[in-house]
Amino acid sequence: MSQVISAPAATARAATPRRDIGIKRRYAAERRFRAYGLAAITFGLLFLFLLVSSVVSKGYTAFEQTMITIPVEFTESAIDKDNERATNPQKLMTANYPVVARNALAKVLGVDPNDRASMRAVGGMLSDSVRTQLRNIVVNNPSVIGTTQPVSLLAHGDIDSAYKGQIDLSVPETNRKVSDKQVGWMNQLAESGALAGHFNTGIFLNGASSRPEAAGVGVAFIGSLYMMLIVLVLSLPIGVAASIYLEEFAPKNRFTDLIEVNINNLAAVPSIVYGLLGLAVFINFAGLPRSAALVGGLVLTLMTLPTIIIATRAALKAVPPSIRAAALGLGASKMQTVFHHVLPLAMPGILTGTIIGLAHALGETAPLLLIGMVAFVADFPGSPLAPSTALPVQIYMWANEAERAFVERTSGAIIILLIFLVLMNLGAILLRRRFERRW
Amino acid sequence: MNMMNEAAIEKAVDQKMNTVPYKMIGKDVSVYYGEKRALFDVNLNIRENTVTALIGPSGCGKSTFLRTLNRMNDTIDNCRVTGKITLDADDIYDPNIDVVELRARVGMVFQKPNPFPKSIYENVSYGPRIHGLARTRAEFDEIVASSLQKAGLWNEVKDRLHEPGTGLSGGQQQRLCIARAVAVSPEVILMDEPCSALDPIATAKVEELIHELRTNYTIVIVTHSMQQAARVSQRTAMFHLGNLVEENDTDKMFTNPDDQRTQDYIMGRFG
Amino acid sequence: MSTSLLLLLVAIIGVIGYVAGSRRASVLANGKSSNLHSRPGYYGAYVGIWATLPAILVMVVWNIAAPTYINSTVRGEFPAEVQAESAATQNLAYGMIGAIARGLNLATPEEVAAIDAGGDVRAILAGKGVPLADQPQPYMIAAAKHLNEMNATSAMLLSVAVLLVAVGGALLAYRSIAARFRARNRVESVILVSLIVASSIAIFTTVGIVFSMASEAIHFFTMVPAHEFFFGTVWDPRFAAAGSGGTSGQFGLIPLLLGTLYIGAVAMLFAVPIGLFAAIYMAEYAGSKFRSLAKPLLEVLAGIPTIVYGFFALVTVGPFFRDLSAQMAGLATGNYQSFIQAQSVLTAGFVMGIMLIPYVSSLSDDIITAVPRSLRDGSLGLGATRSETIKKVILPAALPGIVGAILMTASRAIGETMIVVLAAGVAARMQLNPFEPMTTVTVKIVNQLTGDLEFTSPQTLVAFALGITLFVITLCLNIYALFIVRKYREQYE
Repeated sequence: MSQVISAPAATARAATPRRDIGIKRRYAAERRFRAYGLAAITFGLLFLFLLVSSVVSKGYTAFEQTMITIPVEFTESAIDKDNERATNPQKLMTANYPVVARNALAKVLGVDPNDRASMRAVGGMLSDSVRTQLRNIVVNNPSVIGTTQPVSLLAHGDIDSAYKGQIDLSVPETNRKVSDKQVGWMNQLAESGALAGHFNTGIFLNGASSRPEAAGVGVAFIGSLYMMLIVLVLSLPIGVAASIYLEEFAPKNRFTDLIEVNINNLAAVPSIVYGLLGLAVFINFAGLPRSAALVGGLVLTLMTLPTIIIATRAALKAVPPSIRAAALGLGASKMQTVFHHVLPLAMPGILTGTIIGLAHALGETAPLLLIGMVAFVADFPGSPLAPSTALPVQIYMWANEAERAFVERTSGAIIILLIFLVLMNLGAILLRRRFERRW
Repeated sequence: MNMMNEAAIEKAVDQKMNTVPYKMIGKDVSVYYGEKRALFDVNLNIRENTVTALIGPSGCGKSTFLRTLNRMNDTIDNCRVTGKITLDADDIYDPNIDVVELRARVGMVFQKPNPFPKSIYENVSYGPRIHGLARTRAEFDEIVASSLQKAGLWNEVKDRLHEPGTGLSGGQQQRLCIARAVAVSPEVILMDEPCSALDPIATAKVEELIHELRTNYTIVIVTHSMQQAARVSQRTAMFHLGNLVEENDTDKMFTNPDDQRTQDYIMGRFG
Repeated sequence: MSTSLLLLLVAIIGVIGYVAGSRRASVLANGKSSNLHSRPGYYGAYVGIWATLPAILVMVVWNIAAPTYINSTVRGEFPAEVQAESAATQNLAYGMIGAIARGLNLATPEEVAAIDAGGDVRAILAGKGVPLADQPQPYMIAAAKHLNEMNATSAMLLSVAVLLVAVGGALLAYRSIAARFRARNRVESVILVSLIVASSIAIFTTVGIVFSMASEAIHFFTMVPAHEFFFGTVWDPRFAAAGSGGTSGQFGLIPLLLGTLYIGAVAMLFAVPIGLFAAIYMAEYAGSKFRSLAKPLLEVLAGIPTIVYGFFALVTVGPFFRDLSAQMAGLATGNYQSFIQAQSVLTAGFVMGIMLIPYVSSLSDDIITAVPRSLRDGSLGLGATRSETIKKVILPAALPGIVGAILMTASRAIGETMIVVLAAGVAARMQLNPFEPMTTVTVKIVNQLTGDLEFTSPQTLVAFALGITLFVITLCLNIYALFIVRKYREQYE
């Protein structure tokens, strides 16, 4: 080493005395600055984590539903005292099924049927939806009348919450939704195995309900599905057509400049303004029905279009001009060049942008509130013109309910919504990974 | 008489090139970009108060070597340097050596003029300001004026010091960048094809400037132009495919090179 | 003939035209495709377009014009005393005629005969599932029958016209086919026109937004003077009983606007520093591995629906602030009385700030990375540290772009709805305490338009006045921001 340094006639000079350029102080500032940046990112990620974990911790129990499985006596005297069912089919529809269920539970618990206060408390442990549940059993098969069948009945929302330990039992009895007596019965039933948590299929299949234990996002999901289909069918072709024109054909003039500025602006217009537009144009002017998925779909289409156009234009721009030159050089027309070469190459980017736009539309709430999709819809919409609601709107409606069990359901619905969004975004990422081309 | 004297001294210095001490010593310098190796064990020493030209065809590693001299390669992800480079007695890749301090001693002028989007005055005073080389307004004024004078730009801009540096012509911008580098009083100035973006007249001015700066600074210049290397430098190093082919006195290099490849390149057979 | 059947027929004619056109072109080509100007498919498409496009146009125009014509004819036949009545009564009568007409279409011939014989129209139609509000007057039944006749005639005429146009178009196009006929150019120009129409939808949307909101807002201003709306300091619309339609109530914009700006400012106070520092770290310090992980994760925050943020604010952040303030008050004074309310400016602003972090950070990240590398190198080459380079060279150079990014984010904050609906409260108050609830323009739009609507009362129409105010504010912010960013980009391109 030293040989090399001193090899030719000269040697290196000794180090010159250093200037003081405040290295220490400046590096301290450097470290501080860097720490701020890292802290900012940490803060953002921390809140992402808090948000998700808060929703999940509040909501995962929504996928479990407390059921009470007991033998139910379908006594003739309670359901069809005068044996009219052959002549009057309405009879089976209007029978007092809650009493049937209550009596069955009272029998299991050994409560005196004449103790009216206790009987009311027993009835309070069951969901009001037992009426529909037992009615469906009887109507579908009238021969059960007079027999005893084991049935899994939905527990009341408050019992459900209490069983999951979400109700603070140390609070004085008068200040909480469940009485000590009911808690005692609940434990008794749980010990005997009659009361237990089951996987909650209702949250996926049911419609809106004022009773949390019977409420689900099934109907809202169908509404969202209709809207997503409408958005996809309308916004993808229109968006792609608009982008092709703007990117490949449009001359640079004031008209196209206006469209450009317009699209960029529309992407930033508050979503609620689109709701007002939908209300004024589609409902008031064109006379389409309120609360219909069609109107929601149209509004969301207009909202999503700018996103798709911006993404598509970026994808088209990324196709190198050499491809166009090659096709044109072979004598293809401009239109053939675009549709045969440029568009297929840009397709992964376009689809990625479309999926992200759809994901955004799926989570959008505000404009839907204005076009009446906030209605209480318990039945599955048969067509895009039927009254329906949407997943995020259902979440909004449940968020406004006071009961503890609804907080859980709301979080559960949010988990479902987030899972859909994650899946869509994953799809977009995979698509990009799989087909991404580096020119 | 006086002029003749100066010329005589210069010639004498040129002839005694071998006795000039080294400012920087590069020993077995290799550079990798990820998996790709861009420099192969280069041993090249830079002499004090001398203009050393690095020449060679595109992609030969001359710019890469230049950037190792003030560790500008640090700013590129996945770039790795092995070997040893010393500035005076300091190993500049030693963990205890500070890049900020190093770059204050080894300044750099880039291929494309890159003045900050600020006034001429702020451009020149930026370096002294961050390094705390001046305290008062008067001191700054002094540094700015002398730097611009050294860069031969003073007369052209003294009346518009507070106009944006980006408003100058290309050649003026490049001389402003040189003034900006000089203002920090570095010991070595690295120049990465400083004239490639300039027209011939601006180029001539910058070359003249390099010639003058040589008395106070050690200069390493990467250039594409053989003529430029011949005009401004006393020593020349020829790179090819990441290897140092030959290093010699410029006069000798252009008249009677030791290596066949150098001869071919200078004769324009490749590159 | 129903519309869908008609559409199907037109489509079939189109397909036939396509096949016939391609065939004829192939025949003309005589086995040598170079004899033709275009590929046979283009001739087919040309015929297909002529078969379908004009026919569909006729259909659209007819479906707009015919109902208007029928409507005015039926009204023209109203008895004189009805024509003398107010427009509302006439509308009512027309609605009833329409219902009877629907009912008559469902009724059996015997039932129609019974109606003609003076039977109980209301009962008969109720049996068909068409309820009538009132026992109809005799002239209405006659009018309803006429209405049905005209509708039937119109439908028939439409079918004939559409089919004629379709077949005629196809034939004309078919006959024009010749070897040197430039079918491709014709087809391509049709495609080009449809591309232009698609891109004009953006303009139609904007025009739709402006016109729909402006017309309703003007309607509102005929009931409530504009200066009372724009300069009023009290918001108290007092939902009038349905039908009374009085202008009782005050519609002052100022408290809502203040709430909007206050909450937006609190949100920006959180989002801008955090987002900016995050962007700087991502762009200047982070290694590519860290960046490829942290950047998408941070952007997840922008992908979460705002309703989820609203719920988070409602059940987690709001109660947390409330309990925290109670603890702090308890430690300080011994009185555990919370001074932050669960719904407050702070809660809404804070949660909205979190939502906005990724907007600030990705926009600024793009802007910062767009600063040319040569400036960075220039500064580093002089021996500046990274943070010095960022603070003294990169940020000043990127400043206009960053300002644009912040303005765009601000327009998001102003237009945000679901978070404030759930977390800010509904009380329209003018005050400066961030721990108290305030309300925003968007909250009031939602409030005024959910529930039973009556499109004539100022209580609902005010939503459109609020909407257009919001639109104008965000539009100005966006245009200015886009302008700045555009100029910024041009500078470095």
